[in-house]
Amino acid sequence: MFPSKFEYRRVASVDEAVSILSQEEDAKILAGGHSLIPLMKLRLASPELLVDITKIENMSYIREDDGEIAIGALTRHHALETSELLAREVPVLPAVAATVGDPAVRHCGTLGGTASHGDGASDLPAALLALDATFVAKGPKGERRIAAKDFFTGFLETALAPFEVLTEIRVPKGYRSYSFQKFNRRAQDWAIVGVVAVRNGTTNIGYVNMGVTPLRATAVEQQLASGASDDDAAAAAAAGLTPPSDINGSSEYRAHLAGVLVRRALSELG
Amino acid sequence: MRVEMKVNGVTRSAEVEDRTLLVHFIRDVLGLTGTNVGCDTSSCGACTVLVNGESVKSCTVLAAQVSGEEVTTIEGLAEPDGTLHPLQRAFQDNHALQCGYCTPGMVMASLSLINEHPNLDEKAVREGLEGNLCRCTGYHNIVKAVLAAQGEMGAKL
Ligand SMILES: Cc1cc2nc3c(=O)[nH]c(=O)nc-3n(C[C@H](O)[C@H](O)[C@H](O)COP(=O)(O)OP(=O)(O)OC[C@H]3O[C@@H](n4cnc5c(N)ncnc54)[C@H](O)[C@@H]3O)c2cc1C
Ligand code: FES
Ligand code: FES
Repeated sequence: MFPSKFEYRRVASVDEAVSILSQEEDAKILAGGHSLIPLMKLRLASPELLVDITKIENMSYIREDDGEIAIGALTRHHALETSELLAREVPVLPAVAATVGDPAVRHCGTLGGTASHGDGASDLPAALLALDATFVAKGPKGERRIAAKDFFTGFLETALAPFEVLTEIRVPKGYRSYSFQKFNRRAQDWAIVGVVAVRNGTTNIGYVNMGVTPLRATAVEQQLASGASDDDAAAAAAAGLTPPSDINGSSEYRAHLAGVLVRRALSELG
Repeated sequence: MRVEMKVNGVTRSAEVEDRTLLVHFIRDVLGLTGTNVGCDTSSCGACTVLVNGESVKSCTVLAAQVSGEEVTTIEGLAEPDGTLHPLQRAFQDNHALQCGYCTPGMVMASLSLINEHPNLDEKAVREGLEGNLCRCTGYHNIVKAVLAAQGEMGAKL
């Protein structure tokens, strides 16, 4: 299998990428390629131009900045997994990153790529949503910041415009208590359902594969905030949600799993 | 477009279509057929090679993306006189292959794993090779081989 024909171009700066994306009709950013290239090989995507942003300098970093942790969009899953700063300040991110695909996938895939892809079945976007991350995007009119709750807008859709480049993801410090429950049946599989819980006074919960976008377990969070027991809160896990059905599980099965995994996550948070 | 990369220490360059996958560049353009295509969907790891020392699945990377980088394939491991790399010898000694189809990918993924982790135990080897499927061996002897090789390789890397 190979993709249909396209032109490949490398850019040296974000501005150059933005300028090409603003001018060309059918162009797409290429980062790690580990979502885009499989789609192109299956001919589910056939852009005419790929703009490779991975050679842009200084876009792969994890650092403290203004009381938050700033992560460059080109930071690979492997770098998240092995970051001492994250292990100390936002330990949920290395824990989640370490479960994405397998080591070879993690050597290629980027945080910016998985966020921009906006797949409800992906693990890291659900973690970013639970952490109330901020997404920094650059377009022809300059830079703007997008809150996680406004970022994931639909099936493989985000708030990014086609000519915008996601440059940085910012996460708050302080969520030291976390639990990640990824339920699958075989090594390296995607989550059938995943639950990312983080706590810093309040408890935030993100869902993997419970809808077309990453979701928050709003009903559970509200129950916990109003003093409900973990079991009562977990009973609301699927309230108001319509999880997908596929070969790995029916919608009902996912709703049931969500309750079980939320309860496990809450007991692990302690 | 023209791509140029160092493959097993030798600079190789060729005119290819922009859409050429790294695995096709390695097999069809360079004639290095040790790297196999199994699933062609980034699941099985038969196509694993090293890019700048790290494992990647070459069926899911464009040759263009790797232009200017260093690639190591299974053909790059043995000495020029044919002496096997310690990892290859460990696979042989531990009977870690049967049909051999997964083996080049297994060896390259194991090499990347050993380079990254100084002290692998059995669990870490099993988890580290989760992206490489073998339909023959049942994995036990592969794990044994990797553990045996890491002791021998030690400071050599
Ligand atoms: C075998 C396999 C198993 C996997 N398993 C998992 C798993 O268990 N869990 C999981 O969460 N994921 C999994 N993934 C997906 C993996 O995490 C991808 O690497 C990731 O989703 C995409 O990141 P990328 O850098 O490869 O993006 P690309 O594929 O390069 O890009 C993805 C999309 O985002 C756009 N884009 C990329 N970067 C930017 C940017 N900076 N600004 C704007 N747009 C951008 C691209 O145009 C494209 O539309 C798996 C992938 C494979 C191949
Ligand atoms: S052929 Fe590349 S992972 Fe199977
Ligand atoms: S030895 Fe046959 S697939 Fe592994």
